Amino acid sequence: MRTMPGFSLETLSWLLPAPVDFRKQIKALADGAAPMNGAALTGLATHALDLNKLTQLDRLLERTTEIEPGPLAPVRLAVLADATAEYIASAIRASALRHGILAELYLPDYGQAAHEVLTPDSGLARFGADMVLLAFDYRSLGLDSVHMAPAAAEAAVEGAASRIEMMLSGIRQAGTATVILQTLPIPPDPWCGHFDRQAPGAVSAQIAALNTRITALAETHAATLLDIAGLAELVGRARWFDHAYWHRAKLPFALDLVPLYADHVARILGALRGKARKCLVLDLDNTCWGGVIGDDGVEGIRLGQGSAEGEAFLAIQRYALDLKARGIVLAVCSKNEEDTARLPFRTHPDIALKEDDIAVFIANWDDKATNIRRIAQTLNIGTDALAFLDDNPAERARVRQMLPEVAVPELPDDPAWYPAALAQAGYFETTGLSADDAKRAEQYRANAARVVAMETIGDYGAYLSSLEMVCDIRPFDEIGRTRIAQLINKTNQFNLTTRRYTEAQVGEMQNDPDLFALQIRLTDKFGDNGMISVVIFHKSPDKWTCDTWLMSCRVLGRRVEEATLATVATAARAAGATQLAGSYTPSPKNRMVAEHFAKLGFNCTFEDPDGTTHWQLNLAAYKAPELPMTLTGPLLEVAT
Amino acid sequence: MMRTMDRASIYESLNEIFADVLDLDDVDLTDNITANDIEEWDSLSHIRLVVSIEREYSFKFSNAEIEALTSVGDLVDHILAKAA
Repeated sequence: MRTMPGFSLETLSWLLPAPVDFRKQIKALADGAAPMNGAALTGLATHALDLNKLTQLDRLLERTTEIEPGPLAPVRLAVLADATAEYIASAIRASALRHGILAELYLPDYGQAAHEVLTPDSGLARFGADMVLLAFDYRSLGLDSVHMAPAAAEAAVEGAASRIEMMLSGIRQAGTATVILQTLPIPPDPWCGHFDRQAPGAVSAQIAALNTRITALAETHAATLLDIAGLAELVGRARWFDHAYWHRAKLPFALDLVPLYADHVARILGALRGKARKCLVLDLDNTCWGGVIGDDGVEGIRLGQGSAEGEAFLAIQRYALDLKARGIVLAVCSKNEEDTARLPFRTHPDIALKEDDIAVFIANWDDKATNIRRIAQTLNIGTDALAFLDDNPAERARVRQMLPEVAVPELPDDPAWYPAALAQAGYFETTGLSADDAKRAEQYRANAARVVAMETIGDYGAYLSSLEMVCDIRPFDEIGRTRIAQLINKTNQFNLTTRRYTEAQVGEMQNDPDLFALQIRLTDKFGDNGMISVVIFHKSPDKWTCDTWLMSCRVLGRRVEEATLATVATAARAAGATQLAGSYTPSPKNRMVAEHFAKLGFNCTFEDPDGTTHWQLNLAAYKAPELPMTLTGPLLEVAT
Repeated sequence: MMRTMDRASIYESLNEIFADVLDLDDVDLTDNITANDIEEWDSLSHIRLVVSIEREYSFKFSNAEIEALTSVGDLVDHILAKAA
C-alpha cells in the first residue's frame, strides 16, 4: 500500500499502513500456539486496514476458539440495522481490537431487528448482548419521501421517532443496558435546491428533525450517541452515499468508508469500557514549536502569529489545551537539557502552553520509551492510557516497538495537519462530560506538588495530617451519576471485582433499597480531587457483601479506604448486620489490591481455583481507626 | 495511467485481488471460472470483489454490467473495455 503524503480520513492515515505480508502474519497467528494472544491481535489491528483486511482479521477471530484476551475487554454486541450489515459487523469486530475490545457480534437476519427485540425467545435474546448498536437508515424509517404539507412531514418524523423509541424500550426490557444510537446522515441530492433549508417537507429537513429527536432520546434513555450524521458530513455526504450500492445490495453507505465507520463504532465501544486514553505526551522540538530549542534558541524557534509555520505549532498547543480543558492530562517527553526545554515556556511571548499545564515534564537524553514509562508511573496510570505525539518517525517507531500499547499517531509532513491527525484518531473519545473532568488535569498536577511536599516533610503520618484532608462520603445521587459510571468503567487498578455498570444501571442503583452504594470525594489543601472512590454493598439482614470497591490511584495511601470501611461498618451495624464480606477477583491490572481486605482486617475464608479470594470481617470485633481527615456527608448523622 | 493493459497483467492483479478478498492462499484464475467454482465467492464477497476491482482500475461498474458478468473471462473483457 502506498503511504499518503498528506492527511486522509478515509484511509485512517493516523495509523501505520498495513504490512505487505498482512495475510501471512494472520496465518502465522492462526497456526501459532493456542491460546491466541490478545495483544498480538491488537498489534495487527493497529494498522490502516481496508475492508478486505478487516474481513480477514474477522475471519481469524471467527475460526479461533481459544483467545487469551490479556488487556482486551470482552463485549457482546448486537448490531441491529435495517440495511445490509454483514460488512460493518466484520469490520467492527476487527476494528474493536484496535480500541482494546474483544467483541462477539450478533446480527439478526435482514429485516428482523424489530421482531427479534420484541420476541422473548429470539436469537437476540439468547445471545445476551451487553451492548446494542442501533443503526437505522432513513429509507427504512419512511423519511425518503418529500411532503408538501408540513403536517405530513411532522407526522413522518413522529412515526420514525416512535419507532426508535419502541426499539429503545424493547432493548431495555430485554435486559441490555447499553444502547449505542446512531444519528442519520442526510442524503446529498436536493429537492427544491437552496430552498430545502426552509422547506420542512424536504427529506433533509425531516432527517434533521429526527436527529434532534434522536439526541433527546439518547438523553432520556441514557443511550450513547454515535453521530454518523456528523461522520458523513466530515467525509462529505456526496461521498458517503452510494446509490448504486444501495440498489445493488442495500448497503447504507459507500463500502470504502466502512473502515472509518467501524473505527468510530470501535472507539465508542472502547470509551464505554474505559479504554480511552487519559494522557497526551508531547514531544517539544518540531512538535510544539518549529526548530530545535537547543540549537535555535528562544529567538530562533518558530511559534506564534506572524508565520504560517509558527501559527501551525500554536494550533497544536491550543488543541492540547482544549483536551486539557476536559480533563486529559498533558505531559512532556523531550530529548533536551531540562533548563533549555523549559526556556520557551518561561520566556517565549507567544507560547500558549504554560509549565502549569504540564503534569509531568521530562526532558533528558534517555530513551523516550523509558521516559514515557516514567510518566505513566508518576501519574499512576497504565502506559495504555497514553497517546504520544512526536514529529520524528524514528522516535515513533521506537516507542511503538517498546510500548505497543501506547497510541502513537502517524503524522503528515506538514505540522498544520498535526491537530487533525490527533483529533481524528479518536484516542480521547468520551461518552459524557462531568464537572470533575474539568478539574482532573489540575488534580494530577496538584498530586505532583504533594509528592514534593511529602519528600520535604519525610514522616508520612505528619505529611497526611498536614494535607488537611476533607473526605465526603454520600449515597449515589443524580449529581454524581455520570462520574460514578465513569469511575466504574475506567478504574482498572484499584478495583476489587472490575464489575462494569452503565450510567443507566447506576441510576437504578440510586433507589435500590437492597444496596448500600457510596460515592466518595476528597479535598486537601493542594486542591480538590473530586470523586475518587465508589463502593457498592449488597445488604442482607446478617451480612453485607461487597459488590464493587474501587478507587482512583491518585489518592492511594491517603487512608480513604479506612474511612470508607468505617462508614460501611457503622451503617451495617446500625442495620443489625454482624458481618461484612467481600471478594477479590484478579484481573490483568488489579494485582495491587490483592491484599486490600487483609489490610483492612478481613479474614480470608476461601480461595477459588481462578485465584478469586473471599473475605469476611466480624463487625463485633471491628474498631474504627483514628483518621487524619475530616469526614463530611449526610451519612454522618447515622454514624454518630 | 502507467499500467500495461493486457489479459496477462489483468489476470495477475485479479489473482491478487481474489486472494485478498476471498482470503485464499493461491488463486489461479482462468476465463471459465465462475462463482460456482470457488466456495468463498458468495454474494457478500462478490460485492467486495467488485469494489476492490473498481478501486484498482479507477472505474465504476453499472448494476447492469455487474448482472451480466457470469465468468472471470467476462470480468477481464469488461476491465479491458472500461479501463483501457
